[in-house]
Amino acid sequence: MNAVAHPDRRADVLAALASVRPALAVVAEPERLAAFETDAYIQHRATPLAVALPDSEDQVRQIARALERLGVALVSRGAGTGLSGGAIPDPDGVLLVCTRMRRVLAVDAIARLATVEPGVANARVTEAAAPAGLYFAPDPSSQVVSSIGGNIAENAGGVHCLKYGLTVHNVVGLRVIDGEGDLLELGGEALDSPGYDLLAVLCGSEGNLGVITGATLRLLPRPEATETMLAAFGTVKAGAEAVGAIIGAGVIPAAIEMMDRVVIDACERYMALGLPKAEALLLVEVDGGAEETAETLAKVRGILASCGATEVRVAKNDEERANLWKSRKGAFAALATVMPDYYTMDGTIPRRALPEVLESIYALGREYGMVIGNVFHAGDGNMHPCIFYDSAKAGELERSEELGGRILELCIDHGGTITGEHGVGLEKLKAMCLQFREGEIAAFHDVKRAFDPAGILNPGKAVPTLKRCAEWGGLHVRGGRIPRPDIPRF
Amino acid sequence: MADKFIIDLAERVREHAARKAPLRIRGGGTKDFYGAPPAGEPLDVAGYAGIVAYEPRELVLVVKAGTRLAEVEAALAAEGQMLAFEPPRFGEAATIGGTVACNLSGPRRPYAGAARDFILGARIVSGKGEDLSFGGRVIKNVAGYDVSRLMAGALGTLGVLTELSFKVLPRPPAEATLAFEMTEAQMIEAVNRWAGQPLPLSATAWEAGVLRVRLSGAASAVAAARTKLGGADVADGAAYWEGLREHRLPFFAGDRPLWRLSVAQTAAPIAAGNPQLIEWGGGLRWVSGDLGTSPAREAAAAAKGHATLFRGGDRAAGVFHPLAPALAKIHRRLKGAFDPAGILNPGRMDNF
Repeated sequence: MNAVAHPDRRADVLAALASVRPALAVVAEPERLAAFETDAYIQHRATPLAVALPDSEDQVRQIARALERLGVALVSRGAGTGLSGGAIPDPDGVLLVCTRMRRVLAVDAIARLATVEPGVANARVTEAAAPAGLYFAPDPSSQVVSSIGGNIAENAGGVHCLKYGLTVHNVVGLRVIDGEGDLLELGGEALDSPGYDLLAVLCGSEGNLGVITGATLRLLPRPEATETMLAAFGTVKAGAEAVGAIIGAGVIPAAIEMMDRVVIDACERYMALGLPKAEALLLVEVDGGAEETAETLAKVRGILASCGATEVRVAKNDEERANLWKSRKGAFAALATVMPDYYTMDGTIPRRALPEVLESIYALGREYGMVIGNVFHAGDGNMHPCIFYDSAKAGELERSEELGGRILELCIDHGGTITGEHGVGLEKLKAMCLQFREGEIAAFHDVKRAFDPAGILNPGKAVPTLKRCAEWGGLHVRGGRIPRPDIPRF
Repeated sequence: MADKFIIDLAERVREHAARKAPLRIRGGGTKDFYGAPPAGEPLDVAGYAGIVAYEPRELVLVVKAGTRLAEVEAALAAEGQMLAFEPPRFGEAATIGGTVACNLSGPRRPYAGAARDFILGARIVSGKGEDLSFGGRVIKNVAGYDVSRLMAGALGTLGVLTELSFKVLPRPPAEATLAFEMTEAQMIEAVNRWAGQPLPLSATAWEAGVLRVRLSGAASAVAAARTKLGGADVADGAAYWEGLREHRLPFFAGDRPLWRLSVAQTAAPIAAGNPQLIEWGGGLRWVSGDLGTSPAREAAAAAKGHATLFRGGDRAAGVFHPLAPALAKIHRRLKGAFDPAGILNPGRMDNF
């Protein structure tokens, strides 16, 4: 991509941003723009013409209107923790950063709703709701910093989705500025709305359909009791089968997370937690009424034992619970001890296919001579294989990406999807051509045009053009046979 | 890979699109009363029926849209599972496709979610006669815009539903119903306060000064909540909730207009003076009588919600709450993209 815009263009954009009232914070100095070059998909970066930091919805509206008139790209960003490049700037556009809009406007304890600005950090919502005994359920691992606006744009998941749903299930109202600068008020305090469910479409739309300027979030009462246990297994297959057995017994755990030997060893090296020696660890959390939770705990322990668990540790208090969670929550940091770099995938598969797909992933790792570790949301089949590589070695990054593509194909072949919670962004555009046919891709572009006829919102992200799919070797052609594409990042 | 039914259906839609001849999508024909009056040549989709895939351990069901809701529920019940949104049938012939097209959810909705919350994927034939698949069969999936959920409540105006996949849940092992004598205002306060506590609520309904509350979950959790809440045990609780779900309670009898006011759960009493039944933790207020379209809409809007003329009444002024201009703009464009000839259930959603 060309990072140098036509000088007049740049001047027009800066003049448009300067015309916003009340005056807007704008960053345009090259050395300061560098801080905004990428999100958490750090393999790719770009410098925007300018960064706008609005304080209000009305400023966002004015920015969108002005940029639509100029036909200039508008990429919105929260905290920049996205893993698929959705908030990477457009070199010919404006990056709109929502972090100054970070007020919790209201917590209504009786209605169990929080009204917030888009830049509020996810964890801040639960902090604000805690005095009322309430919390916000979606908990992506980035929750301490990631913003609600970004969570909604990505339809973020987390470790408690199986029981408590995704972001889309926990957002009741949205304020959105569309690609023409119009305010859309979607949903609200009532449990449904007239017309089409546009709120559902906005969730997970990756900044392509509108800029989220406000949200009303559903808060849940804290469960009376929570039990957390860690089970060790001699094989990955046994662990994966235990997951199915628990759910098959009618238990919907609050969380079931799994990690394999590579990850266990990394956690042990990094945090010295004294984890059991095992090929796979399963972290299971159950919650509910006090007696109910005790019964469920007993039931799950029985299932774990019958599935061949070699050891089960149950947290006796909150401190021990935090310790058990430490391995899972710190896993991605710990993985940096394996190799300098790793590439995390996000495919989701039907749970029954877990043992087989895991086996195939290890086989692919052997084929490529690369180490792959697995730490993932086993309860909902959302896998996060981490492919290790050394970016200092020529060709390693490309090989990791090729291997990643093969893993995504594997997920599609097993009836799954290329992304469970990280989004498509720039990263998985090519894989979109494998998962969908021409008709669906065209329909996605139709949806985008309904919200953003001029195509200024996050152009080139989330949905590939049909032309691009054709260049990549056509739709529904398996990635392994596609010649290496020459686009940036891939 | 499409089978003959879908190939023929797509061909018929294309042929109608070329002539701009409206089609009236028809499953079991149990919801003709709902929405603006159906028009066009019937397009029978009840023939495309059957469960495509169901593995209880996956908590995922894939089903052809013409399958009867009763059949779907029986298959799930045989495995101790359910559609947690507790959809009403309004007749034995009701299909799963019609249920989703209307986004109909029953008494459990505020505590479990609506039909749209459980949809994982939708296969449709668009108004252009294309066979399209969105979403999938897994619980977490963010590839592409969520067109599947967009179909819920679209009344068939964006596409003919052909296959649907759902997240399903285990049936609760125990249920109990309690009754309390309360005024409407007391009820609104109580049900909202209880919803903020870790109680296994699964339904509430208030009429004629009596609040009924259903508890569902582990036997121990239901027993503990019963002790905590007090109230009187209702022996035939299950029959009451079934009657509410199917609109067979005496409140729903007769042919007076039935208004559905979907409002903030905490909204103060509205429409007093007309018979009402309030469910969904205060969020759904059924009002029986000639409210008048404008007063009904104003009252619902003041309570942060919207009014639908659910059954009967004077439907000339439209059935659904009018949309704000910016939202109507998006609706027009989506309708224009998915059904450019305007042949799928035209006007069923008032202007779409």
